[in-house]
Amino acid sequence: MSLTYDDVVAKYEPVLGLEVHVELNTESKMFCGCATVFGAEPNTQTCPVCLALPGALPVVNEKAIESTIKIGLALNCSIAPFSRFARKNYFYPDMPKNFQISQYDEPICVNGYVDVEIETDEGLKKFRIEVERVHMEEDTGKSLHVGGATGRIHGAEYSLLDYNRAGIPLVEIVTKIVPGTGKYAPEVAKAYVAELRDILRSLGVSDVKMEQGSLRCDANVSLRLIGAEKLGTRSETKNVNSLRSVERAVRGEMIRHAELLNAGGRVVQETRHFQEDTGLTRSGRSKEQAEDYRYFPEPDLVPVEPDAAWIEKLRAGLPERPSIRRKRLQEAWAVPEKEMAAMINADVLDIVEETVLLGAEPTKARSWWLGEISRIANDKDVAITDLAITPQDVAEIVALVNSGDLTDKLARQVVEGVIAGEGKPSAVIAARGIKVVNDDGALMAAIEKVCAEQVETAEKVRAGHIPAAGALIGAVMKETKGQADAARVRELLLSHLGH
Amino acid sequence: MIRNTAAQMAAKLASGETTSVALTQAHLDRINSVEDKVHAFLFVDGKGALEQAASVDAKRAKGEKLSPLAGVPLALKDVLAQKDKPTTCGSKILEGWLPSYDSTVVANLKKNDIVILGKTNMDEFAMGSSTENSAYGPTHNPWDLSRIPGGSGGGSSAALASFEAPLAIGTDTGGSIRQPAAVTGTVGVKPTYGGVSRYGLVAFSSSLDQAGPCARTVLDTALLHEAIAGYDPKDATSINAPVPLVVQAAKDGNVKGMKIGVVKELNGDGYQPGVRARFDEALELLAKAGAEIVEVSAPNFEYALAAYYLIAPSEASSNLARFDAMRYGLRVGDVDGASAEAVMNLTREVGFGKEVKRRIILGTYALSSGYYDAYYGSAQKVRTLITQDFTKAFTKADVLVSPTCPTTAFKIGEKANDPLAMYLNDIATIPVNMAGIGGMSLPAGLADEDGLPVGFQIMSPVMKDERMYSVGASLEAALLSKWGAPLLDRAPTLEASK
Repeated sequence: MSLTYDDVVAKYEPVLGLEVHVELNTESKMFCGCATVFGAEPNTQTCPVCLALPGALPVVNEKAIESTIKIGLALNCSIAPFSRFARKNYFYPDMPKNFQISQYDEPICVNGYVDVEIETDEGLKKFRIEVERVHMEEDTGKSLHVGGATGRIHGAEYSLLDYNRAGIPLVEIVTKIVPGTGKYAPEVAKAYVAELRDILRSLGVSDVKMEQGSLRCDANVSLRLIGAEKLGTRSETKNVNSLRSVERAVRGEMIRHAELLNAGGRVVQETRHFQEDTGLTRSGRSKEQAEDYRYFPEPDLVPVEPDAAWIEKLRAGLPERPSIRRKRLQEAWAVPEKEMAAMINADVLDIVEETVLLGAEPTKARSWWLGEISRIANDKDVAITDLAITPQDVAEIVALVNSGDLTDKLARQVVEGVIAGEGKPSAVIAARGIKVVNDDGALMAAIEKVCAEQVETAEKVRAGHIPAAGALIGAVMKETKGQADAARVRELLLSHLGH
Repeated sequence: MIRNTAAQMAAKLASGETTSVALTQAHLDRINSVEDKVHAFLFVDGKGALEQAASVDAKRAKGEKLSPLAGVPLALKDVLAQKDKPTTCGSKILEGWLPSYDSTVVANLKKNDIVILGKTNMDEFAMGSSTENSAYGPTHNPWDLSRIPGGSGGGSSAALASFEAPLAIGTDTGGSIRQPAAVTGTVGVKPTYGGVSRYGLVAFSSSLDQAGPCARTVLDTALLHEAIAGYDPKDATSINAPVPLVVQAAKDGNVKGMKIGVVKELNGDGYQPGVRARFDEALELLAKAGAEIVEVSAPNFEYALAAYYLIAPSEASSNLARFDAMRYGLRVGDVDGASAEAVMNLTREVGFGKEVKRRIILGTYALSSGYYDAYYGSAQKVRTLITQDFTKAFTKADVLVSPTCPTTAFKIGEKANDPLAMYLNDIATIPVNMAGIGGMSLPAGLADEDGLPVGFQIMSPVMKDERMYSVGASLEAALLSKWGAPLLDRAPTLEASK
């Protein structure tokens, strides 16, 4: 690879197009009543409809329509008063009807946008990504190709089909072409997908787990000479499964295209598959001869005609836009950018906010959730929200530390106890007999005992070697089973030794 | 007993004069004695039918309140899924498939304790007008065994006309209930689209398909209509409204003051003289009964056939894509090393008949990009125009009428190699499907030139199905008193011909 990224962007302008597929988290499938639990035994969540048994008919899941309208509204789209499903016809073993019910020329949401901000050489800069359409469709089943070297159908000995995923509601969000991002194209692509993910999560319409495939991104990339008008030939990189991969895939494709173009070659219009290990893409299906999907309106379904009052009701119920909320919280809490990002990545923003609303100081709420509690969640390999500790508990613990009823160390024991299922903080404190020793008399007795045991160290401190006090304080804390306030111990000790 | 109407049978069951088991057995015996000549059935479920009959008799013995047709046997077109019973649609490709579920029509039949005798023959996937396109051999018309019983529901109509069953279910995409009724001297109704659930009806053309009742009298047809109709949340195109009062209308049979519109375009050239003669007589009888006969025009009907043969194959090409050997039915060529694609291709090559392939190819072509607007798009526009023609005509008349078919039953093999001639048989029935309205065919007598049954078609507006029953019952009564006996009494008794 002789070209550097800087070489590429000095000569070419990248043009992006992003298609994001989102699996909705409805309890039942798009066109039947089957469950949608991730990871269930193969072919246990199926029925005549999603197996496409002869005679079975689809019926639209109203909840999926509602979720899609919410997405459209959150992406500043107009909601079509009349939209229809269409059949997209093609053969594939994991697609039971051999057509996919999708939307074609009459999608439910059109003409929206998403703004993202990224750090550039000139500081923070806003990019507007225009959304062409948001439409509904159903997912296909899953094929598992066994025996081949590549895991692809070609060369496999046999293939297994799992139809649990067949018919899961999918929403496809398609951008218009995105020019003008220049060298920031990879970051803009990543920021867009991240922003989408945050918006979808705030709407509560999807699990948005890229690693489980509930949010999948196809990245279209083409290059044109800077200043040129005509668009270059694009490649479409499929199923990029992490935010980092979105950035890598775009960057990698830009370099690959530039190398081809510089060598006098041409880019082939095709789908490509992103490979996590190398960060490169490999060739998939050629789209040189456009596939003819023979779309036509789905005759088994009636048009979707959401009434205006319903749409307005959904609009009124939209949550605050995540980017705006983040800014608001960051300012209110006076949190540096880095820590804000850490909270978002750890998915603790909601619970931290709730904890703050219950009276905890933002710094303390943040440090508990992001620190100790996150660590325990990681150790147990569960989601932080699945732990048996609530924002209410944390706010209570913070208050007890503030009032001096708990030390930080004792508070950690309380947190552990709550998570271990021993009850609310007060119950844990009572059951474990946790209490701060702030009886100076008891502390003095312990200090005298320790000084008598460690005469040499005590003499050093008395002679002015203050750092040596640490060992004595530690011993006193041990003596009082950690229930003493270390600061008070230090005060008493130093004064006891003549300081 | 088997020559009774279903209503008479129901009365005998209710009075205890007979049992459902006896009645069912009598029909099974009849099937056994004439089926080698008629071939109306693809599957006779003797055991299942007798079990169901016994359970109805037991319910009746316990004094349970039963539905009007409880215990009366019925023949089911093989295009409707019935749990654990072979359902082939007349195609090899579904050989061996046992549905894991009941279609809504079947569920309704069971709910009403109507005894299902078995599955009837049909043109493969309901594509045809003669039942010659069945992969399992043709059905013969009981009036003349060398002739077709109509199609696609020729098995159901022949079963009725040969007294193998007093009730039958058909499906009608372009005339598949009405044309078989017409050529066998029986009654068939295509209800308003959405009036009877399509759930479990193996789709040919989703926007046109409609299941409906078939019988030997208008009242029997109405009783069955009421049993199978109604809103079904499993069918998004099902109409959420009360079932039209068809039984009441059939009982009253009153046409006084009704305006009956004769469709100018569905008469005249191309219609057999005997067909026209019986049609004109029927009009006179209706006028005598107090109806006002008016003429209406439907100028766009002349495009109906062309539009139909774009829309129906287009939808079929997509609907039939699921038959790919992956999950059920026939699988051919699944040998070591064969790819999924090769198995799909070979199975479809072997499993589909000629007419089905013809329509898949036609539909695939009509939907192709670049041709869509010219073909499928234009056909949909024609459909709108036809619907407008009907709307306009219904401002001038309460129902519209025409001969059901241009001719009486033709000979088996006569049109097998001339698809266009075959398609023309449905010229008068297709507009009804295009507009989604209701249509009935009932016997109007025999054509003088060949002594074969002629059908009279009545068309009623969306969800006004009761109107065709009013007119049908009135005409039926007038004809019966003219003939002195049911038309089918003049059909050959099949035993004698042996």
